Amino acid sequence: MPEQKVVEPEHLLLEAPREKKFITGSQAFAEAVKRGNVDIAIAYPITPQSETMHLVGDLYAQGYVKDYYRAEEEYGAMSAIAGAVRGGARAFTATSGPGLLRGLEAIVSWPGHRIPAVLGVMTRVVNAPLSIQPDNVEIAYLLHSGLVVLHAENQQDVFDFTLAGFVISEKVDVYLPVVVATEGFFVTHAKGYVELPPEDMKLPPRDPYKAPVPPTDCEIPPARIQRDAPVQKSNFMSYLIHAVWQQEVWSANRRAMKWIYKYLGGPIEVVNPDAEVFIVASGCAAAQGREAQRYAQMEGLPVGLVKIKSLRPFPEKEVREALKKAKAVIVPEHNIVGWLAKEVKAVIPNSGIVVDGPRVYGGMTLPVELIMDEIYKALGIKKEKKTVV
Amino acid sequence: MGLEYVKISPGFEKYMPRDYVDLVKFGQFGKEIDVMQLGQFKELVEEHPMCAGCYMAYFIRVFYAALPKPEDTIVLGTAGCARLALSQAAVPFIYGNYGDTNAVASGLKRALSIRFPDKDKDVVVIAGDGGLMDIGFGMTMHSWFRREKFTTIMVDNEVYGNTGGQESGMSPKGIQLKMAPKGKQFDKINAVELAQVAGCVYVARISPTNPKRIAKVIRRAILAARKFGPTFIHAYTSCNIEYSIPTREVLADARAREKKDFKFYEWMTDEVKEYLEEIERKEKEKAKQEVKS
Repeated sequence: MPEQKVVEPEHLLLEAPREKKFITGSQAFAEAVKRGNVDIAIAYPITPQSETMHLVGDLYAQGYVKDYYRAEEEYGAMSAIAGAVRGGARAFTATSGPGLLRGLEAIVSWPGHRIPAVLGVMTRVVNAPLSIQPDNVEIAYLLHSGLVVLHAENQQDVFDFTLAGFVISEKVDVYLPVVVATEGFFVTHAKGYVELPPEDMKLPPRDPYKAPVPPTDCEIPPARIQRDAPVQKSNFMSYLIHAVWQQEVWSANRRAMKWIYKYLGGPIEVVNPDAEVFIVASGCAAAQGREAQRYAQMEGLPVGLVKIKSLRPFPEKEVREALKKAKAVIVPEHNIVGWLAKEVKAVIPNSGIVVDGPRVYGGMTLPVELIMDEIYKALGIKKEKKTVV
Repeated sequence: MGLEYVKISPGFEKYMPRDYVDLVKFGQFGKEIDVMQLGQFKELVEEHPMCAGCYMAYFIRVFYAALPKPEDTIVLGTAGCARLALSQAAVPFIYGNYGDTNAVASGLKRALSIRFPDKDKDVVVIAGDGGLMDIGFGMTMHSWFRREKFTTIMVDNEVYGNTGGQESGMSPKGIQLKMAPKGKQFDKINAVELAQVAGCVYVARISPTNPKRIAKVIRRAILAARKFGPTFIHAYTSCNIEYSIPTREVLADARAREKKDFKFYEWMTDEVKEYLEEIERKEKEKAKQEVKS
């Protein structure tokens, strides 16, 4: 067993000295699990997620994770995660695209079952024709089930969001699963600089008794020891119990926001807040948006960036405030449906200023020049086509 | 700690529902009950909304009476008739998603083993033929391949009873049910052989005609799962509604099936056999001594 000292989450996440490493996104997930004091990880292979869960398997072999197995398929993996978390364990798994959808029935029931776990989502094309490339339309399926959904721009975000995810998910006033999504390949298989706290430190173990819904371990009365009406006993009870329970799930989801402020510095990042034109983006599109903003600034154009780190809870107030004076809002995305553009339009009073796109799909890269074209259009600048590298 | 959590804290007795006080005082917690005493103690499940004459309800009643350690037992179920009674028993019950029981139980049992390596915490799945052999088939099989240490009990009513009478993989060949408009086209799945091949260390098939035998099988399956690996019981629990069995003939039907395709069958590995024989020998000696004294 490797020697690791238990330290407070605040110390590990915010204060401990960090050392810069050049690692892939998959390695960043594993580095977070290594420091996460994880009891059990359950793996099922799918490209591009596979490398992450095989690295987590290595952590099990090294003694950092107490139990680990390769599941039969994602529905089984996600169901077993629910079982392990109900039994009081801290659990981690990850999946991609078709695997996410295969496990979805179980995953979207985690919030209602109050399952605090961390799920890595490395995006990949769903639907046909088949492709393994990092289209992120699957994130749309996650936004309406009560999950906390964080979207990582790069390897550093992957590490920070995942480690903070364990802490946020287990907060008594949250107690929901946390998804850490990032684009497959672009982030998981590419290297970036990641500032890592020491590997001989880890989070405190999960305390399953600090919980709004107790674990099922025969050590403490479960939520229901007495015989009483199951949810299905009558239609009236069924409506009522489901309604109040889901209201509480969504309230808990909103309560995650204060912890996102505390551990991740808030749900959004704003670059050049006084700009006229804003790029609003999450995940890899935010990285490309960041480049576009930099080019625009070099050209002296009034362009800013709003990077959205937390998709659920969605930072309604923060986005509205950041876009208060915006004349145009460009929402670049890695999917065909434009789920982020819809979210942004829904929270600002003047949704007509939102430009739908640019969008790439099928997992293509998102060239900065596509974003630049929209910037020029928004500012009324006529430009001859030139390639920005 | 199992027994501690069911007990009522001093001073609170008068505030607890009478039903619960009776459970702690006159129920099964902390004792092993002879199933023939049914009706003479406060049972873990009493009220349930299952149909009159439901043989599954009877089986579940005997199941709870047979638990070796109800205060350290967690029961898992899935959509179907059984959960209507299971969810009203005074034993922690997990009701997950469709057919997920054996995957949830895998995660749960492993978590409990990590957290309480020196304690016996019994995990028992009770699900129907649809849950275990149709929609949850892969998860059932893989929990056995992985040698997960919990008990799976299939309450086989040969139909999707709660959903409304549709064919299941366990329905007999030729029977006409909803979604089998021309009669079922293939044979009943041989679950018992599958369980044996897939790695269960104890397997039994039973038509519940004899309560003592039901209790013995359930107890053996749970004790063997604690130590050795997956165990499986295939129980015939007829659906008197969908199969139109008059209530007074439900037992006769179970007896008739026992003579046909539900002959009592029990199989276990040598090490399980040795282990159970040793436990049962000691129990007999203890009982003899009690009679003497």
